[in-house]
Amino acid sequence: MSDIILETTDLTKHYGGVHALEGANFALKKGEHVAIMGDNGAGKSTFVRQITGVEQRTRGTVKFDGAEVNFAGPIDAREAGIETVFQTLALADDLNVPDNLFLGREKTKWNFLGPFRFLDYKAMRDDTMAGLEKTAVKIPNIKNTIRNMSGGQRQCVAIARTATFASKLTIMDEPTAALGVQETEQVENIIRTLKEQGESLILVSHNMRQVFDLVDRIIVFRRGRIVANLRKEDTDGQDVVAYITGAKTGAEFEGAA
Amino acid sequence: MSDTSQGTGGLAFDKSKRQWPNEINVFGALILIILIFEGLGAAIMGQSFLFDSNGRFDSIFNEARLKIIILQVSIIGIIALGVTQVIISGGIDLSSGSVVGAAAMIAMSFAQVAEVNGSPNPKAVFGPAWMDLPIIVPIFVGLAIGVLAGMVNGMFVAIAKIPPFIATLGMMVSARGVAKWWTSGQPVSFPTESYGMIGGGMMPVVIFVVLAITFHIIMTQTIYGKHTYAIGSNEAAARMSGINVGRHKILVYAIAGMLAGLSAVVLTSKNLTAQSGMGIIYELDAIAMAVIGGVSLAGGRGSIIGTVIGALIFGVIISGFTFLRLDAYYQEMVKGAIIVGAVVLDQWRQQRAAMKA
Ligand SMILES: Nc1ncnc2c1ncn2[C@@H]1O[C@H](COP(=O)(O)OP(=O)(O)OP(=O)(O)O)[C@@H](O)[C@H]1O
Ligand SMILES: [Mg+2]
Repeated sequence: MSDIILETTDLTKHYGGVHALEGANFALKKGEHVAIMGDNGAGKSTFVRQITGVEQRTRGTVKFDGAEVNFAGPIDAREAGIETVFQTLALADDLNVPDNLFLGREKTKWNFLGPFRFLDYKAMRDDTMAGLEKTAVKIPNIKNTIRNMSGGQRQCVAIARTATFASKLTIMDEPTAALGVQETEQVENIIRTLKEQGESLILVSHNMRQVFDLVDRIIVFRRGRIVANLRKEDTDGQDVVAYITGAKTGAEFEGAA
Repeated sequence: MSDTSQGTGGLAFDKSKRQWPNEINVFGALILIILIFEGLGAAIMGQSFLFDSNGRFDSIFNEARLKIIILQVSIIGIIALGVTQVIISGGIDLSSGSVVGAAAMIAMSFAQVAEVNGSPNPKAVFGPAWMDLPIIVPIFVGLAIGVLAGMVNGMFVAIAKIPPFIATLGMMVSARGVAKWWTSGQPVSFPTESYGMIGGGMMPVVIFVVLAITFHIIMTQTIYGKHTYAIGSNEAAARMSGINVGRHKILVYAIAGMLAGLSAVVLTSKNLTAQSGMGIIYELDAIAMAVIGGVSLAGGRGSIIGTVIGALIFGVIISGFTFLRLDAYYQEMVKGAIIVGAVVLDQWRQQRAAMKA
């Protein structure tokens, strides 16, 4: 077995004439934390959507945990062990915290009742408490609907959801974009916890300080292409910005963008 | 990392932060409306609305009026239970009244007796081989017609992606057509004695209450209920979470159709006849009951309990106008105003919810 958890080869996505993602070759080691940076519209979220099966890629291959995968949808990806916090939060406003954490994978009893099988509210509540405890997320009352929560609290719920379920790879697309200082810190703490537990992570972020604080390696996207692959020790903020803006392009990616 | 003073893992349980269930507001409205009619009754009519002011009954209540209210409410209430689920899932069902008409005509045809007072049934739809059937046959037919209509609605919405308003409007017109076509507009009468018992006496109320309890449990305790709320709340999130949204919607519309079919069985059994015009405007009454009861037309919010209280409010208002001897014309006008008023109230609630979010 190799120690590579995720590998993409020539991963490409075109939306009609828009080449949102072009020939992305990317590899992630087990337990490694990698940041993806790049300007708005550079193709970061598109990259995430191809890996997680939210969309079907135009071209290329994805290898996950040693085997080539073709996820038909995000559920396939989740079942394979990829937990994702999407940029647009997939939360149901009118449901409470445990309901959202377990949406689509509810704990049930009396399963012979098929679609009318009963929810095991107690088990889900207990697991929610454990998950929130693990991530140190503060929520006034988990029985309240998400609608009445602040943007930060919602984000925490979405992140607690990924942290509650053991996974092989966690992907977060701009998890702190809408958060205040304290909430950002909470999310960063969750990410550190994941690192301690040896879980692999892809973090899409625009926040330079955060990226240098948290990850081992930085990938830069520009106009749909990967233009740099930088170990944290070998680079600095100015350098990364140069790649983002196009002032510089990594030697091995020359001619790409 | 965690603020232990706030409890485990930083979790704080603040009872004051618990949400106030909307059903309590709706129930308050019911009490308020009853009090208004009591006041008007005392002022205008010189008698009580719901209480026994003439010593006619054994209890303190005007049992006759209470009975009329709940009986009136029950048959449309059965439809409203299904409509509630459809609206919570983010849809709408305008076809239920017409489905009642079609199911009433067809189910009744399988409930007829061969002979009336020694001569052949003058309203016979089928030959004698298809008459005097066991009660289960017309019930099954009524439910099946409803399920079929509901599934067609659901498939247009879920697979063809036609807006629910349009899909069910089409069904509204078509199902009414079926009801008229079935006997070329002739009423279908003379059911078997056992069929007549389904909706006899207070049976409609019993059926309504049993169904309301059943669907209350289903909506609050089962995966079907949870996914219905989830889809109405955020369809994209539901899909992302792995819920088979299309299949679920078809199921929701099919259940709503089934309840409309059942309502048709109860109604025809109560009236001992089926007419092609049965159930006209029931869909709007049912929607009004749900919306009055706090079911949001935006989806995701509302409950069976709310709809039951909404149905009672609806029944109390209609009965209250009869009590005040208001002309039937005025009653219809007021009913229209109630429906629009309920939607306005819903819009206002939605705006308030959006402001909070
Ligand atoms: N469904 C779509 N149809 C057509 N074009 C799309 C679609 N989704 C994304 N795009 C385009 O693809 C490009 C990449 O978008 P993407 O969302 O991946 O950017 P991003 O790097 O995540 O940006 P941001 O930092 O703003 O989130 C953009 O030009 C965008 O307009
Ligand atoms: Mg993005």
